[in-house]
Amino acid sequence: MHKDYIQVRVENFSLAEEYLQLCAGNRQDGAVVTFVGLVRDFNQDATVESLFLEHYPAMTDKSLRGIIQDARQRWNLGRIRLIHRVGNLTLGDQIVFVGVSARHRGDAFCACEFIMDNLKARAPFWKKEGTPSGDRWVEARQTDQDKARWWATR
Amino acid sequence: MKVLLFAQLRELLGCSELQIDGPYHHVADLRLALQEKGTLWQEYLAPGKALVAVNQTLADDRHGLGPNDEVAFFPPVTGG
Repeated sequence: MHKDYIQVRVENFSLAEEYLQLCAGNRQDGAVVTFVGLVRDFNQDATVESLFLEHYPAMTDKSLRGIIQDARQRWNLGRIRLIHRVGNLTLGDQIVFVGVSARHRGDAFCACEFIMDNLKARAPFWKKEGTPSGDRWVEARQTDQDKARWWATR
Repeated sequence: MKVLLFAQLRELLGCSELQIDGPYHHVADLRLALQEKGTLWQEYLAPGKALVAVNQTLADDRHGLGPNDEVAFFPPVTGG
């Protein structure tokens, strides 16, 4: 039975440490794929100074576990680690980490992308940008919904 | 049942949580009842604008409701 590591937290994470956790003592997996999402300027017309991440705590964990469970049903995966930060962040900060190990790279690549695409469309997080002219909530993108729907058809 | 609001919805409607007594048999019934609370509620809780989760799982308007359910309304998600 695989033990998935899922954490929603304020604190930053270390890619090196997460990679180590995916590899340490892992003799059966030949591939590790990791993804790190960074805070960027979402709106071209404004200078974003900060970002606030809100979530729905009771649902977040359930939703992320569901996405990982879906990934495990589709591909043959080893270890999965997922970290999403909440609270106040600034431009360039790390915001999300997904790491997947698998026997073969194809499964690890697909699962990592699947988890991120579904997280963006299904997990209850909301971003609020701080700009010189005031705070504003980030608008959801249709392309994010399209990617999750694309996976649903496969 | 317990109704929760998040992000823009919470701010625009000035409410994060409310207790509402039914009976509301489906999400659609509850949504309509909440929309009657005022013009802002009417606008921001409209289907397509607000997503719904019943007991922490995304649901659609046909989803059944019970008296002890936790129902959350929120805008499309923007995490990652």
